[in-house]
Amino acid sequence: MDATQTKDMYTEEFLINMGPQHPSTHGVLSLELKLDGETIRGCTPHIGYLHRSMEKIAENRTFTQFIPFTDRLDYVASMNNNLGYVMAVEKLLNLEISERAKYIRVIIAELNRIASHLIATGTFAQDLGAFATPLFYCFREREKIVEIFDQICGNRLTYNYMRIGGVMADLSGEIIEKIKEFIEYMRPKIDDYDELITYNVIFLARSKHIGVLSKEMAINYSVTGPNLRGSGVKWDLRKDEPYLVYDKLEFDVPVGENGDAWDRYKVRIEEMRQSLRIIEQAIESLPQGDVTVKVGRVHKPSVSETYFRTENPRGELGFYIVGDGSVYPYRLKIRSPSFSNLAVLPELVKDIKVADIVCVLGSFDVLMGEIDR
Amino acid sequence: MKKMRPDEISAIIKSKFPQVTEEAGTNYIIVPKESILEVSQYIKNPPLALDNLHCITGIDRKEKIEVVYTLYSIGEHHGVTLKVNLTLEDLNVASVSAIWKSANWLEREVYDLFGVIFSGHPDLRRILNPYDWQGYPLRKNYSNPDFIAKPRM
Repeated sequence: MDATQTKDMYTEEFLINMGPQHPSTHGVLSLELKLDGETIRGCTPHIGYLHRSMEKIAENRTFTQFIPFTDRLDYVASMNNNLGYVMAVEKLLNLEISERAKYIRVIIAELNRIASHLIATGTFAQDLGAFATPLFYCFREREKIVEIFDQICGNRLTYNYMRIGGVMADLSGEIIEKIKEFIEYMRPKIDDYDELITYNVIFLARSKHIGVLSKEMAINYSVTGPNLRGSGVKWDLRKDEPYLVYDKLEFDVPVGENGDAWDRYKVRIEEMRQSLRIIEQAIESLPQGDVTVKVGRVHKPSVSETYFRTENPRGELGFYIVGDGSVYPYRLKIRSPSFSNLAVLPELVKDIKVADIVCVLGSFDVLMGEIDR
Repeated sequence: MKKMRPDEISAIIKSKFPQVTEEAGTNYIIVPKESILEVSQYIKNPPLALDNLHCITGIDRKEKIEVVYTLYSIGEHHGVTLKVNLTLEDLNVASVSAIWKSANWLEREVYDLFGVIFSGHPDLRRILNPYDWQGYPLRKNYSNPDFIAKPRM
């Protein structure tokens, strides 16, 4: 450890633990910080406090039985996790689902993306000192989405809505009206956020040029999602490797310029606007038909393995599934986006002030449930 | 450059490295563990430009442990899967964390859950389990009094 003896003062670097119980670490994350006064000289994340060994549990559950477990990965975007998992299993089984189910999945996934980005926006503003007001605004809007989900599947947080071969229940006309109402309600609200948070002088001062992530470093660390796009890489699986019906829908991929905390935040705000566009188009062209294809309750894939990734609100969620001809997966690996996104954190917080680590971490929008699995 | 099909990619890698083989019936590329570093170094740069190491998976096949590297290219929109087979007697393989930084945590996870030693890794510690944990939980022969397997169908 560096120690310097000045004339009448003795200083040295010291270690301090931030977390695992800390309001700004977004879950049970522990950061071991090496401080020189207020400046961070080193950062070692310790994770695993929420480790439930889901991958081992999966080996003892049938493919259908594992769907509720995926809700508990990224519990802010449960629908998207459901979607990633069932699509990976469908790829393993070579199962084609109905057109209506595809459109419903897109609508539901985009609604949940908005809900997830709302939480990211609200908590990020809260982290930067905008106490409570933006958070309450965001939760007010999120409540509308949660109510829609409650009506669709009966749950408010862990939905268990996607099924291998389709979705659990059809969208009734009443729910579709509600979603349309929500789109009209949400559009001006995003403009409000721009006025309230995005171009706020204090917010800009706190988040501009903080935690700059370069393009090369983002790709090298396999950072994905809004964090990658914030660094100026135009890469979105919905555009670049379209699944479901994303190739039939029109939307833009927003990107940032500098790769700083503000850019990552701004990409999320723009993505909410794009998601609204996607939902609107999907509802317009929603075809009639069944929402599930006839498949048995247990699925027996052949001896094969597959990797499938989807664009989650936090990045690319991948499932590597190995089937051995039985009704259980032989091995199921979950590649969670936040895990790779968090790995880059120690590089970004070197030589910045303690107060800014909250800003960098908040802008990455990590979620411990899917990191620890 | 244009997007390449998996068989085109594996043909390029096989022509450059004759020791590399292809898994029967798939496009997974099996790399001998001595060559993982030079193959990685080659495929990261153009023409293949696989700059994104997306995922590292361990699979316990009882008689061997497979390490699966899932790679993608952001610029060229293609991807490839590499596999390294390790015998249970010798679970050492060179770390690729100097080539792709994302390998740092991904390799730690495989070490934590399967006990594969990545030589040359800068910081090979357990990551998900407590640092003093005994055993490797995702091995098929792992046993723990707290872990009770469900009765099978």
